[in-house]
Amino acid sequence: MSKVHSAAKLKRQLLFDRVFRKTTWLFTLIVFTLLAALIGSLIIGSMPAIKTFGFDFLLNAEWNPVTEQFGALVPITGTLITSIIALSIGIPISFGIALFLTELSPPWLRRTLGTAIELLAGIPSIIYGMWGLFVFAPLFAETLQPWLQDTLGHVPGIGLLFEGAFMGIGILTAGIILAIMVIPFIAAVMRDVFEIVPPMLKESTYALGATTWEVIWYVVLPYTRTGVVGGIMLGFGRALGETMAVTFVIGNAHQLHASLFMPGNSIASALANEFTEADGELYTSALIELGLILFLITFIVLACSKVLLMQLKKREGSTS
Amino acid sequence: MKPHCGLALFTIAILLVTRVTFAADITGAGATFPYPIYAKWANAYKKATGTRLNYQSIGSGGGIKQVKARTVDFGASDKPLSPEELQKSGLTQFPTVIGGVVPVINLDGIKAGQIRLTGTVLADIFLGKIKRWNDPAIVSLNNGFELPASNITVVHRADGSGTTFLFTDYLSKVSPEWKQRIGSDASVAWPIGTGGKGNEGVANFVKQIKNSIGYVEAAYVKQSKMNYIQLQNHDGAYVIPAEESFSAAATNTQWDKSTDFYEILTNKPGQNSWPITGATFVLMHKSQMNPAQAAEVLKFFAWAYAQGDEMALELDYIPMPDDIVKLIEDSWQANIQSKDGHAIYTAR
Repeated sequence: MSKVHSAAKLKRQLLFDRVFRKTTWLFTLIVFTLLAALIGSLIIGSMPAIKTFGFDFLLNAEWNPVTEQFGALVPITGTLITSIIALSIGIPISFGIALFLTELSPPWLRRTLGTAIELLAGIPSIIYGMWGLFVFAPLFAETLQPWLQDTLGHVPGIGLLFEGAFMGIGILTAGIILAIMVIPFIAAVMRDVFEIVPPMLKESTYALGATTWEVIWYVVLPYTRTGVVGGIMLGFGRALGETMAVTFVIGNAHQLHASLFMPGNSIASALANEFTEADGELYTSALIELGLILFLITFIVLACSKVLLMQLKKREGSTS
Repeated sequence: MKPHCGLALFTIAILLVTRVTFAADITGAGATFPYPIYAKWANAYKKATGTRLNYQSIGSGGGIKQVKARTVDFGASDKPLSPEELQKSGLTQFPTVIGGVVPVINLDGIKAGQIRLTGTVLADIFLGKIKRWNDPAIVSLNNGFELPASNITVVHRADGSGTTFLFTDYLSKVSPEWKQRIGSDASVAWPIGTGGKGNEGVANFVKQIKNSIGYVEAAYVKQSKMNYIQLQNHDGAYVIPAEESFSAAATNTQWDKSTDFYEILTNKPGQNSWPITGATFVLMHKSQMNPAQAAEVLKFFAWAYAQGDEMALELDYIPMPDDIVKLIEDSWQANIQSKDGHAIYTAR
């Protein structure tokens, strides 16, 4: 007699279930609507600039609010180069951190270090920017920049990248600050996915006489490929869109230089700097088009990573 | 029980807040340059009268857009609108306070005010034509100072700004080449240099980078103890940036002859005038939908002109001279009207 549900109760539960399902649908729909609205308004807002400059907008390095000649080449290259610098410094370091935490670190240190990294991820970006400008940039100008110019500066070809005065700010500084900012993200994701590798797999490999490195390279990495690529893409996304920290240290000049010591600009910092005082339809519209381009770059990056993962999956099937 | 309690409190809080804000608050939006003084005036005005001013410093461009859309009672811009533009959008404008823009340098062994520059030399430095501090053009103005052979690093604003507008407007007036190649605006296509965000950003870059030159608002020179230069003015005299030289530029301007106070105070005549001076402006609709609200705005500014001079000076702004305030208040009476054509403000 105790737990027999009455028909009415069942009916009520059914109804509740249905409402619940519909509600989650609604929430999902909200995200899609927002996304569509965002793209829509970006496109509408950038129409005047698209009509005036056409495809040349992407290849023109001039950015002149006075004569209303706008081109996005400088911010696009600045965004991509700083992000690539950030990843090329950030990925190896994050990989090392994640490896140490999951495979090598004594258990008592594991938790402390893990928390420290999560804390780093939570620091607002303006703090990184201010630290970069006030602490890192002067140090960088006095120590690392002269050293880089003395060593790598003499290598033919690469030397071009390290020419110029030691100002402490510029593309390279922005890339390094971004690297520091993406490390906690990539490292945290990598650590999480490394931890889910079944111990049995690793132990069997060790039992076969593999070194730690071999275990990592042949067992852990292939097993966690999706997660690792995901973590890197998360970091890349953050680096592409980062605004405040980059604005502080990139130098904010609409100029193209071969040297990484020279100031440049990124899409996000150009937007942050110029939007408030942009008067005139074309100026505002050009800035909105920059936003649209950043959106597209992020989309392309995400799409590429998905394709990459699919390719990897396919190969997996054919070789083994 | 608990969540209901919270909800009730929340509702009460909302009701209280909305009730307070409905009590004839003045709203304004625009330029960041006058924000500190508007905030200070607003605070004192609230204590004196109970009326609150809600000013959002979103930038001049945003301020102009907002007032055109009538979402705020007044807009604020560092750049005056031309009489044609005002005509087109049905707006009127008046200046509130005056400020100066000051070139600052970082040179070893050189103290504030020791280096002299002319407008054309300054323009050539920012054009990248004069590359080193010991260039004959600089040395000949500064006999007796040992100037280093090092490269000049130019620092400018990265964000659009009224400060940049005044600076480039001045350079356009003194250097034909600047006018032709670069021109003047809130942001321009700088031929060389590094951009700092805001006055703080420029001040910091100049402090950190040796042999650099930049320009900041006068208030920041004092706050950050920067090395300013002496600049040659319209009459050929070398002046230092100070309260006296800024207000000299304002008094040597013929406000009564200008239309809609369309005056940019750069390169003004007068022995004592600082050449890069400018006023910041308030924009209002000529025809007001809600005369009572507009009257509150005008009352606020009338109060600020009468009582706010000390406060302005404390923050390194120069108050408008009294005879100009008289002109401004007359212009209110003539220009700002209710929809049926009655003046909203009556001069004292």
